[in-house]
Amino acid sequence: MYILRTDNITMQFGGLVAVSNLNLEIKHNEIVGLIGPNGAGKTTAFNMITSQYTPTEGSIYFNNEDITALKPYEITRLGIARTFQNIKLFKEMTVLENVLVGNHLRVKSPLTMSVLRSPRYRREETHMIEKSMNLLKDIGLDDCINEKAYSLPYGKQRRLEIARALATDPKLLLLDEPAAGMNPQESIELMSFIHEIREKFDLTIFLIEHTMQVVMGVCERIYVLDYGVTIAEGNPYEIQNNPKVIEAYLGVN
Amino acid sequence: MERQKFIRRLLTITAIAISIGLLILFDSILDSYMMRIINLCGIYITLALSLNLIYGFTGLFSLGHAGFMAVGAYTTALLTMSPAQKQMNFFLEPIVPWLANVEWSFFPALMMGGLVAAVTGFLIGAPALKLKDDYLAIATLGFAEIIRIFFTNMQSVTNGPLGLKGLPPYTNMWWTWGIAFISILFMIYLFRGSYGRAFKAIREDEVAAEAMGINLFRHKMLSFTIGSFMAGVGGGLLGNLMGTIDPLMFRFLLAFNILLIVVLGGMGSITGTVISAIVITILMEYLRFLDGPMDLILFKTDGIPGLRMVIFSIMLMVVILFFQKGIMGNREFSWDFLFKPGRLKKNNVEGE
Repeated sequence: MYILRTDNITMQFGGLVAVSNLNLEIKHNEIVGLIGPNGAGKTTAFNMITSQYTPTEGSIYFNNEDITALKPYEITRLGIARTFQNIKLFKEMTVLENVLVGNHLRVKSPLTMSVLRSPRYRREETHMIEKSMNLLKDIGLDDCINEKAYSLPYGKQRRLEIARALATDPKLLLLDEPAAGMNPQESIELMSFIHEIREKFDLTIFLIEHTMQVVMGVCERIYVLDYGVTIAEGNPYEIQNNPKVIEAYLGVN
Repeated sequence: MERQKFIRRLLTITAIAISIGLLILFDSILDSYMMRIINLCGIYITLALSLNLIYGFTGLFSLGHAGFMAVGAYTTALLTMSPAQKQMNFFLEPIVPWLANVEWSFFPALMMGGLVAAVTGFLIGAPALKLKDDYLAIATLGFAEIIRIFFTNMQSVTNGPLGLKGLPPYTNMWWTWGIAFISILFMIYLFRGSYGRAFKAIREDEVAAEAMGINLFRHKMLSFTIGSFMAGVGGGLLGNLMGTIDPLMFRFLLAFNILLIVVLGGMGSITGTVISAIVITILMEYLRFLDGPMDLILFKTDGIPGLRMVIFSIMLMVVILFFQKGIMGNREFSWDFLFKPGRLKKNNVEGE
């Protein structure tokens, strides 16, 4: 029983095959990595799973449900949340507001009731704020809830993006280069943080990463892409010793 | 904290009471010309807020506002005019029978104007909101022109280019400012709530907003339709204030004036919009002397029509140069400066 399964998904942009015949099988509560040299098609794979792109071929199953043709917001509602490689926060909004937006998809009251402050909406709002505050506390951002998102330092912005994604109550979290731009100390913190949120929110995590220290330290299984083709799959030890991976990363003469 | 909250509430209520008191005072001492300007201020507040909702808060660059105002103005006008007035107006071609004998009171007619404008907004938004930025602006501008051309040519419904004359002068200070107050309150509460935050999220980053599970199309349509409704109501008020409307009134220039208010006031600021709506409406009237003859000691002019707009353009440039984000940016007025001196709290709507 897989939480996420892709069946030969292929993404073609005109003549360029960005990802070809990708077969992912991710089990519940796993931490899986996706690595590969620049331009290997990792982010494209993410964009297909979250439906920013529709695969040219193949299908994607989430909890055995075909999600290939769904819209991005429908996919988030089902329980797949993501962060972005180039941080996409709501810059002019405060830290708290950013996380609150992540709660919006569960709001049941209509717009008129939110303006008129119906009792039901008030309950929803109180619950939302409480939940977001807890999340920010867990993530260590509760000291700057009223700061604008753009004014945060880089590492905190990355964490805020994760908090915002967690606010949508995901079952599967996709992290696109969470350690990019972090120093070694921050990367180590990130690793324990990823383990922590997995336990706490019962998450399955699928991540793209370049920092090998993080990938090898945190992932239980790894897929390796090169020019859109899956060249290897296995646990960190197997990957490190796979000649094809070494060839793709270092080249051979 | 509780005490602070109480003081804030007290201050807000006092401020509202003072503004109502001032309005009543103006109503009793000012002549009808001055009152007309004050009424225009109220109408422009509603109109500018509606555009700020669409453009400043949701980030949809729409230039179709004049079209929605035209729809609202015509609907309200046709519903409030007496059958006798209609017969006098439609001398080229008789009015369609289903409109000939209706005469509603002002409030339902105004709401109907808003509703018809909202439906128009919905129909235009459905295809147009698939576009973004400049392309959306061009498309909405095109639709607004289409509405105007329709109104020019539907002789038996709108009386075509002749326009409608003798609209009952229902619009008074209570209507204009009452609706302006309701609009302000609506905006404040909307942007304190979850839907308001979702709108702002769409403005900030569409891709991220959609990844957060926000149904982009639905929310854009909501914002656009509500904005059209408010524009329709504003148009209805304007029509019954002027007493006469014709399709030429609702050209692009009108949408531009409202855009000017929104940009000068600050995109995404309710306070800024209210301030700049009042300032610009008053200046528009008081700078009229620039269009007339002037004696400037060194030389004399015998009236340059349009000089007023030159001054406006210079103002706009100055504001754009020195305050890139308008007078208020996206800040809001709050009582915080009383508690924390020297600092306007950002993004927190607290009273008017």
